[in-house]
Amino acid sequence: MTDLAHIRNFSIVAHIDHGKSTLADRLIQSTNTVAERDMKAQLLDSMDIERERGITIKANTVRIDYLADNGETYVLNLIDTPGHVDFAYEVSRSMRAVEGSLLVVDSTQGVEAQTLANVYQAIDANHEIVPVLNKIDLPAADCARVAEQIEDVIGIDASDAIHVSAKTGIGIKETLEAIVHRLPAPTGDENAPLTAMLVDSWYDSYLGVVVLVRIMNGRLKKGDQIKMMQTGARYGVDRIGVFRPSMQTVESLGPGEIGFITASIKQVRDTRVGDTITHEKKGIDTPLPGFKPAQPVVFCGLFPVDSAEFEDLRDAIEKLALNDASFSFEMETSAALGFGFRCGFLGLLHLEVIRDRIEREYDIDLITTAPSVVYHVYMKDGSMIELHNPADMPDLTYVDHLEEPRIKATIMVPDEFLGDILKLCQDRRGIQMDLTYAGARAMVVYDLPLNEVVFDFYDRLKSVTKGYASFDYQLTGYRQDTLVKMQILVNEEPVDALSTMVHRDRAEMRGRAMVEKLKDLIPRHMFKIPIQAAIGGKVIARETLAALRKDVTAKCYGGDVTRKKKLLEKQKAGKKKMRQFGKVDIPQEAFINALKMDN
Amino acid sequence: MADDWENGGFGLYLHWPFCQAKCPYCDFNSHVARSIDQNAWLQAYLAQLQAYATLTPGRVLHSVFFGGGTPSLMNPDIVHAIIAEIRRLWPVANDLEITLEANPSSVEAGRFAGYADAGVNRISMGIQALNDADLHRLGRIHTAAEAMQAFDIARNQFSRVSFDLIYARQNQTLADWQAELAKALDLAVDHLSLYQLTIEDGTAFGERYARGKLHGLPPDDLAADMYQATQDLCGAAGLLGYEVSNHARPGAESRHNRVYWRYGDYIGIGPGAHGRLTLGGQRYATVHWSAPGKWLTAAQTNATEQHRDAIARADQADEFLMMGLRLAEGISPARYAHLAGRPLPEKNLRYLSDIGMVETSHDNIRVTDAGRMVLNGVLKELITG
Repeated sequence: MTDLAHIRNFSIVAHIDHGKSTLADRLIQSTNTVAERDMKAQLLDSMDIERERGITIKANTVRIDYLADNGETYVLNLIDTPGHVDFAYEVSRSMRAVEGSLLVVDSTQGVEAQTLANVYQAIDANHEIVPVLNKIDLPAADCARVAEQIEDVIGIDASDAIHVSAKTGIGIKETLEAIVHRLPAPTGDENAPLTAMLVDSWYDSYLGVVVLVRIMNGRLKKGDQIKMMQTGARYGVDRIGVFRPSMQTVESLGPGEIGFITASIKQVRDTRVGDTITHEKKGIDTPLPGFKPAQPVVFCGLFPVDSAEFEDLRDAIEKLALNDASFSFEMETSAALGFGFRCGFLGLLHLEVIRDRIEREYDIDLITTAPSVVYHVYMKDGSMIELHNPADMPDLTYVDHLEEPRIKATIMVPDEFLGDILKLCQDRRGIQMDLTYAGARAMVVYDLPLNEVVFDFYDRLKSVTKGYASFDYQLTGYRQDTLVKMQILVNEEPVDALSTMVHRDRAEMRGRAMVEKLKDLIPRHMFKIPIQAAIGGKVIARETLAALRKDVTAKCYGGDVTRKKKLLEKQKAGKKKMRQFGKVDIPQEAFINALKMDN
Repeated sequence: MADDWENGGFGLYLHWPFCQAKCPYCDFNSHVARSIDQNAWLQAYLAQLQAYATLTPGRVLHSVFFGGGTPSLMNPDIVHAIIAEIRRLWPVANDLEITLEANPSSVEAGRFAGYADAGVNRISMGIQALNDADLHRLGRIHTAAEAMQAFDIARNQFSRVSFDLIYARQNQTLADWQAELAKALDLAVDHLSLYQLTIEDGTAFGERYARGKLHGLPPDDLAADMYQATQDLCGAAGLLGYEVSNHARPGAESRHNRVYWRYGDYIGIGPGAHGRLTLGGQRYATVHWSAPGKWLTAAQTNATEQHRDAIARADQADEFLMMGLRLAEGISPARYAHLAGRPLPEKNLRYLSDIGMVETSHDNIRVTDAGRMVLNGVLKELITG
């Protein structure tokens, strides 16, 4: 129970690799929130995938007690947020629960595209922002230049930016003091009716659904009867607590505080992020302004490599969906792949994360079909169909026109790579909207079709700029264009899992690239295999995979048979990792890799 | 009902584990030793023969094979004693084949008469190449001229002589191989074993290959062309490819190896030797200890077998397929069905037949010439494993 004047709620805004998680670790460590022996790197990132990729996917929260230089103890609540564009939604709602942000910029790198996207969200949420220049211990650090860049590009005062090395611990104390003295205390009235924001919710295998709340007004106590204002659902509060960062129960939460509740809620879907929680009796009548729910923008099919694992896959997907309301799924049947699921994701990273988790945590080998965006298909009768899967494309005689989603992409890039970036964007049907300079870095803004970006744009961007470019985007709307469905035929049979929607002008190029790729991805068989790309009935590209000419063991006598049999069995097990289309085995990774454009 | 092995015959393999030098491509169980107590080895082999004879009383033996290693390093005396003991222990077929593998050096050729006296009636010579540069590269210690002399001596001593060549060697062209094979065929042999060089793990070549240091190996397409040329040239010379790598005039096939490929029973004696033995209606796989010292000691207590494992029916069926489909003559589908407890998978068989890899009739299934070149692919469609 802390009075408002001694609470500070904040988030950290940063581009990936600029040191956000390390800074969070250091703040936690220097305040002795976690015992030294329990400390580990990226403390707030609990998923394996987060640690491996060095990214944050789920927002995490920690409550830190800090004894300031003025002799008073403050409660600091940090909400750590994801940096990747796919999880921008997670960032925006977290921002609404706090009053200030630390803007962390790598002093050797400068402002990046994700820094911009996230800091604008913080500005939109009326945050007080404290700039932090990190990695000042590195020889390449240039604080003056980066501070100037922050002022130029973002337009906030960086004259009193804090100089920090989260790695060596320089400036941590100053950062904590700045949080206390430069960020505002929350406001609220303990005696007013309960108003709490549902910031996030997730499934915990021991506790069930855990709800992260920010109390605006009033006091929430264990045993209270509460009401979710949007859903109308009513619950009794079983448990109240805070994160330090492990869960610690408390008796109640008052205004300005951030913590969690559990209330025998069965599914994450029963809670709605952005909802307002109040008391069932004597509650408020007007909810807080809610959040727009996150909409999946990328769809693909997930099929088990071994069709016998379909039920296991269903189980895995349902469990993951319990904890991730932004991930959608429905059953899909493919002629060649059998039963699977058509799944919707916030972006390609989100897709990869879910796919990795299914493969690792549930040990199911997956075939991932070509990712697709959502097209709007306008029919001649005036109706509109949302097309999530190219395989469902209606007969063209009934189609009037198609529209595809467009984005506004912001790319920050060192001058020397600008030409490559402009070419990449043009190749992807981009329209340049803006080009400005901040020091030696250019900021380009492009209007791009999402379908050109969704797949390997980010990888290409990284490779043409040796990793020096950064990228962020937001959806802007739909626009009509000449889009066609391109089919791939393997051994004369269409493989629906490889169908894609492409722009007519780029179809030959894409088709050629895909059949060439597939020629390398599909192993040689005992017969030759034509691989074709076609639009309607017209073949636009063709390759022939030559027949396997020789695969025979030269010597096999009495002593060899056991060992040779083991070898064959091993190879045969490898074959099971492929899917049969007619008489052709296609390896699982071919479905995704066929789409990657190397040029 | 008769045991399945009786369809394939009964043979005896005896492994001599020593070589003068280890060849860089060879993954057989062979060792270089400074001194060998040949009498001690003889006593061990004799004891082993007696032990296996008590397990297989009355069986008619069709073949004996001295393999290695380099069995032409054995004293003719001990070969004599072993053959005499075999004849004492088992009834033998009238045309019992007794083969000995020999290196084509002059020293060994000097022992050929002794082997013939001992009862060896077929010699299999590891000539491997017909030019000195390639022989050197393959780690062989004989020259091409020496090999030709040894071959002449062998032909005078034995009614049946075969030799091995290795092709698809480093930097070998198709024309090189065609010329070399034509020269071999000119020698009027009636049996040739022609092996494509295979890089095996655990060999000097394997290690060099893994480090990217083994250059000039033919790409797959060239290797396939060489295989095809081998079939064509041998066929034109009247040596039919009766097995993947073996070519013979009709009637001159290796009876011993055919026991393996027809999935008969065979006793395997000696370090690392494998056997297939049906005892009391159950087929077993036997494996002897592979280290020569360990084996020799174990032989004193008749504990030479490292494993004797019962083979499940389904695995027997797979082994039968793997071996039998190597032969041009093919296999009996009824015999397969009897072993497996079910017929070959109809759908896969039809598919292989549709793409021209196998030919089937009611009592025979065989791979076509095209199918034999991709036999591993064919087998993967058919084995249960």
